[in-house]
Amino acid sequence: MEFMAVSASPYDTDRFGAALPRFSPRQADLLMVVGTVTHKQAPILLKVYEQMCEPKWVMAFGVCATSGGFYQNYATVLGIDKIIPVDVYVPGCPPRPEMVIDGIMQLQDKIARSSHPILTRSF
Amino acid sequence: MDLSIPNPVRSIFEGEQRDDSVIVNIGPSHPATHGTVQIIAELDGERVRRTDVHCGYLHRGFEKECEDHTWHNLIPYVDRLNYVSALINDFAYCDGVEQLMGVQITPRCRYLRTLLSEYSRVVDHLTCIAAGLMEMGAMTAFLYLVMIRDYMYEHLAALTGARVTHSYGRIGGLARDLPAGWLTRLEEILTQYEDFVARVHALVDRNRIFIDRLRNVGVISTGDALHWGYTGPILRSTGVPRDLRKDTPYLAYAELDFEVPVGINGDNYDRYYVRMREMDESVHMMRQLAGMLPEGPINVDDRRCTFPDKTLVYSEIETLINHFKLVMDGPRVPAGEVYCAHEAPNGELGFYLVSTGGGTPYKVHVRSPSFVHMGGAHRMLDGGQLADIVPTFGSINMIGGECDR
Amino acid sequence: MAAPIFDTLRQQLVPAAGVAAVSHGVLVFTLAPAELMPTVQRLKSEFAFDLFLDVTAIDWLGQTPRFEIVHHFYSTVHKVRARLKTRVPDADTSLDSLLPLYGSAAFMERECHDMYGIVFRGNADLRPILLYEGFVGHPLRKDYPKQQEQPLVPYRT
Repeated sequence: MEFMAVSASPYDTDRFGAALPRFSPRQADLLMVVGTVTHKQAPILLKVYEQMCEPKWVMAFGVCATSGGFYQNYATVLGIDKIIPVDVYVPGCPPRPEMVIDGIMQLQDKIARSSHPILTRSF
Repeated sequence: MDLSIPNPVRSIFEGEQRDDSVIVNIGPSHPATHGTVQIIAELDGERVRRTDVHCGYLHRGFEKECEDHTWHNLIPYVDRLNYVSALINDFAYCDGVEQLMGVQITPRCRYLRTLLSEYSRVVDHLTCIAAGLMEMGAMTAFLYLVMIRDYMYEHLAALTGARVTHSYGRIGGLARDLPAGWLTRLEEILTQYEDFVARVHALVDRNRIFIDRLRNVGVISTGDALHWGYTGPILRSTGVPRDLRKDTPYLAYAELDFEVPVGINGDNYDRYYVRMREMDESVHMMRQLAGMLPEGPINVDDRRCTFPDKTLVYSEIETLINHFKLVMDGPRVPAGEVYCAHEAPNGELGFYLVSTGGGTPYKVHVRSPSFVHMGGAHRMLDGGQLADIVPTFGSINMIGGECDR
Repeated sequence: MAAPIFDTLRQQLVPAAGVAAVSHGVLVFTLAPAELMPTVQRLKSEFAFDLFLDVTAIDWLGQTPRFEIVHHFYSTVHKVRARLKTRVPDADTSLDSLLPLYGSAAFMERECHDMYGIVFRGNADLRPILLYEGFVGHPLRKDYPKQQEQPLVPYRT
């Protein structure tokens, strides 16, 4: 819901480089996991993550993706970092669009500060 | 890399061996399926022979969670069912509990709940149409509708504190009353809504591409619709004017003047148009209600469910105990069961509540329209083209949270 | 404030359909499992209950018979609802499926089977719908612990 709002006007993540999604994981850099991930969905999430090529980053969008939220029961994965490594967590249920933009900007800072084995290798 | 990722579903095509058709998996992580739904389609070229629809990827154990929480505490869970029109879920659930308890809400609350239900309906239809149009490539119309939806979100955030999942309904009333200037802003938004929606009509209604893609696509007849349990705009698009707000009026709907738009063919174009007209009717109802709101308290003055005034809680022992009991044990709902249905934007949203006389429910079951609609979706998808799956699916407006609960 | 159709239904369907009462505007029949199919057939063909709303179950752990199966119907003609309640024991949780009469029963019975383990005779497709292949147990039963997870994907260390 809020993903649709944050990528459209007036919040518009396109200004920050996170344009409308590339629909194939093979062409994507950032995986935004929006909403609750259930045990039924977990294999699909893992498959999509593994289809992405390096370098890749993951954003946990929402508190359900971060830690399971208030769904502490048999059906939900209590945080996607149990399955895939996560780079930035954006809590909230749902997070305000400004928080998502802040999350994207923090991720950009993190990438700028880090030394990724592929990106910083001198060719 | 571990290649053995298990498959959570088994399709109906597993045992079959046909060499003249291709089995294609669409979803559940797919840009055009709104929400996590998987459609396994058997194709003959571009034509869809049969589909196997799998939902359940967003099953979050709502009913099991509810059994552990008090009647009040589970209102945020109820919100997150149809997270696009959260207020209607709140009010339908609170209505069910109020019927079980025998609580009558105040007149101001009744009119305000009706107004906010219609507001939620507009938001839901805007989302459905915007997403549907975007899937077909009409980005401009999408941006117009999302802009108006955003104004509405900010407006509702001024009232409830949250843009999307409001948790605003309370048993016996509402969380808080309207802030100053809210109704003025409402009128401003409704005027802008009319402007934007007029532009979308101009862009899309007579557009050759739009008509070719939606007319006579995803057709369902009235008999089929009833057989497969369709209610709401999908049933109305087949020509049947069945609407719970007119047939079995609840809240303040009996006093309002509105029409129930119906379609002709039961195809995608009809569903789009029925939703657009329903939004106009909702706006008309909101304007009537804004003029009809009586003064008075929002919450019914009943110690069994309404939280008492904080100044009294800090000074009187009985009020303190009352407050304590309401928070720790929950409102005591007499033993019994109730099925309370409201007309949600998707159809009949029903809450079946079973109480054994305590502060926590014994069972909360949601009759969710999206789930039932998914059961009959294959009737609209089979026999069509592969590219038609996208607009047809969009017009069903399956909301993952409601479908899978 | 019961609708006149309720009186007609009571006269015509009780006592074969068991006991009838009106609860919060809905006519409730409590009947034996064997009477379910004939009553629903009559409701559909004679009294225009054309919309099958819902089927769910309640787990009365400690009572026998343990499960109470609840069906809801709506008539678009009379604009009223009916509820049918029947009980099945733990030892044999099977009940007639309404799939021959209503297509919407397909998904709803799958969900009821998933959550409670009720087997609907006549519905050949009772694959898990909200849960997944490999899930053992029926989570909405009162003896299933709420937090017992059955992960499909092994957790990262």
